[in-house]
Amino acid sequence: MWELTLAHYLTVAAIVFTLGMFGIFLNRKNVIIILMSIELMLLAVNINLVAFSWHLGDLVGQVFAMLILTVAAAEAAIGLAILVVYFRNRGSIAVEDINMMKG
Amino acid sequence: MDTASLTTSLIAALPEVFLACAGIFILMVGVFSGARATHTAMLLSVAALVGALVLVLFGPSRAAFAFNDLFVNDGFGDFMKIVVLGAAALTLIISFGYIRREQLDRFEYPVLLVFAVVGMLMMISANDLISLYVGLELQSLALYVVAAFRRDTLRSSEAGLKYFLLGALSSGMMLYGMSLVYGFTGTTSFTVLADHFAGQAAAGQELWLGALVGLVFVVAGLAFKISAVPFHMWTPDVYEGAPTSVTAFFAAAPKVAAMALVVRVLMGPFGAWVEQWQQIVVFVSIASMLLGALAAIQQTNIKRLMAYSSIGHVGYALVGLAAGTEAGIRGVAIYMAIYVLMTIGTFACILCMRQKERMVEGIDDLKGLSKTHPLMALALAIFMFSMAGIPPMAGFFGKIYVFLPAIEAGLYALAVIGVLTSVVACYYYLRIVKLMYFDEPAEGFDRPVGREVGAVIAGTAVLVLFFFVAPGPLVDGAAAAADAFFAVAG
Repeated sequence: MWELTLAHYLTVAAIVFTLGMFGIFLNRKNVIIILMSIELMLLAVNINLVAFSWHLGDLVGQVFAMLILTVAAAEAAIGLAILVVYFRNRGSIAVEDINMMKG
Repeated sequence: MDTASLTTSLIAALPEVFLACAGIFILMVGVFSGARATHTAMLLSVAALVGALVLVLFGPSRAAFAFNDLFVNDGFGDFMKIVVLGAAALTLIISFGYIRREQLDRFEYPVLLVFAVVGMLMMISANDLISLYVGLELQSLALYVVAAFRRDTLRSSEAGLKYFLLGALSSGMMLYGMSLVYGFTGTTSFTVLADHFAGQAAAGQELWLGALVGLVFVVAGLAFKISAVPFHMWTPDVYEGAPTSVTAFFAAAPKVAAMALVVRVLMGPFGAWVEQWQQIVVFVSIASMLLGALAAIQQTNIKRLMAYSSIGHVGYALVGLAAGTEAGIRGVAIYMAIYVLMTIGTFACILCMRQKERMVEGIDDLKGLSKTHPLMALALAIFMFSMAGIPPMAGFFGKIYVFLPAIEAGLYALAVIGVLTSVVACYYYLRIVKLMYFDEPAEGFDRPVGREVGAVIAGTAVLVLFFFVAPGPLVDGAAAAADAFFAVAG
C-alpha cells in the first residue's frame, strides 16, 4: 500500500493554497468567500509547517502553526467587523460593489 | 528561561515594553473616563511615543540578543526605531485639530496607533520568522481598524475593507514563503539562517529551489507592505478613503518600518544570496519608480497623488537596497528619514485644506495659495521641490545617497531610469507649485490652522530646506545603522 511521505503533505498544502489564491481573484460575488479563501491559505501554511515539523523532528514549526492559528482568529474577527461596518454604509457586500474609489 | 536572562531580555526590549504598557494604560484611562478623555489620551500617547524615543536614545544599554534570539538590538534597529517613533509622534501631533473637527475624537484612535507602533518596533527588531510575523500582524491589525475609523462614511469603510483583504492576502503569501524556508533549512532564526546560507554559498552550492521559492514569496509579501509595484494596488484607494490624519500616518511610520524589515530580511538571513534577490529588487524598484512617476500625472485628488508619490519614493529607496552594499543600506536609511520629514510636512499642509468647515482634497483647491496663505504656500513649495529632488533641498541629497551606491555596484541602467523617472515626477510636483504661485486665487482656506500644525510645518520645512548645512548627524547615524549588517557578517 501507499505510504504517506512529506511530498504528499506538501502537495495537498500547495493545492489548498492555490485554491485559496484563486478563490480571492476569481470570485466576483461575495466578500465572505474572500475571507474563507484567506483562511484556506493560512490553513495550507499550517499543513506545510506541521508536515515539515514532523519531517524534521523539530517542534518550532508546530509552535509557529499555533501562533498562526491565534493570529488568524484575530484577523478574521477584525475582518468581519470591518465588513459589518461596510455593509451598514453600502447595503451590500458583493465584490463588484466595492468600487466607490477607482482601482 | 531563568530569571536573570528574563530580566536581561526585558531590559533589551525596554522601549517596546514601555510602549506596550503605556498603550494599555491609555486604554484604561480612556475606558474609565469616557468620551471626554480623547484629548488626554492623545497627549498621553504623544508622551508615550516620546518616552520610548528617549529610551531608545538614552536608555540603559541593551543586550544585542534577547528572548532566545527572537529579538535583536543593533545600530540599524535603533536608527529605524528613532525614525518610526519620531514620525508617529509628529503625525499624532498634527492630527489633534483634525480629529476634533471631524468628530473622530474617540480615545481608541491614539491607543490603536500606539499599539501599531509597538508592532512596528517589534518587526524592526525581529530576529526570527516567528517574531517577524507576530510584529507585522500586530501592526497590520491595528492599522486595518484605523483605516476604517470613520465608520459612518462609505469611503473610509471601503478603504478599511480593501486594506484588510489585500493585507491578509499578502500575509498569507508571506507565511507560505516562511513555511518553505523553514522546511528547507530546518530553522526560523535569522542568525542560524544567515550562517546556513553563508556556509552553502561558501561551499559553492546552489540555493535550494524550495528555499528560493520561499524567498520569492516572502519578498512578495513584504512588497505589499511597502506598497511596491506590482503589489501597490491597494495604496491609492486606501490613502484616498482613509481619514487624512490616518493617511499621513500610513505614509510615514509603517512605510519606514516595513522598509526596515525588507532590509533586515534581505541583508540578514539572505545576505549570502545577494545575486538571487538583486534582480527581484531591481525589477520592483524600476516598476515602482515608473508607476509612481507616470500614474500620478493625471491625479486630481491630492491624497491619491501622495499615494503614487509614495510608491515612487519606495522605488527610489529600493535602488539603494539593490546595490546590496554598506553605502547602499546607508542610502536607504537616509532616504527613508528624509522621506518621512517631507511626507509629514506635506500632510500637515493637506490637513489645513479646509473651506467653510469642510475638508477639501482637490489639487485645484490649492490655486493661488501664495496670495491667501503665503507662508503655507512657501512651505508646501519647499516640500514639493524636495520631493522632486531639486538641490539644495533634502530630497536631492536623499537621491544622491541611493543613486551613487547603485552606480558603484554597476547598476547603471537602474540609476539612469531612476534619474529619468524623477525628471518625469518633477512635472506633477512643480505643477502644484505653479498652481499656488501663478494661478488666480480660489477661495482661501479657513483660518486659523492651529498652532501645533503650524509648528510642525515650519519645523519640517526648515529641516528640509537647511539639511545641506548640517547633514552630519543623519549621515553618521545612517552609516552606523548600515554598519550593523556588515560588522556582524564580517
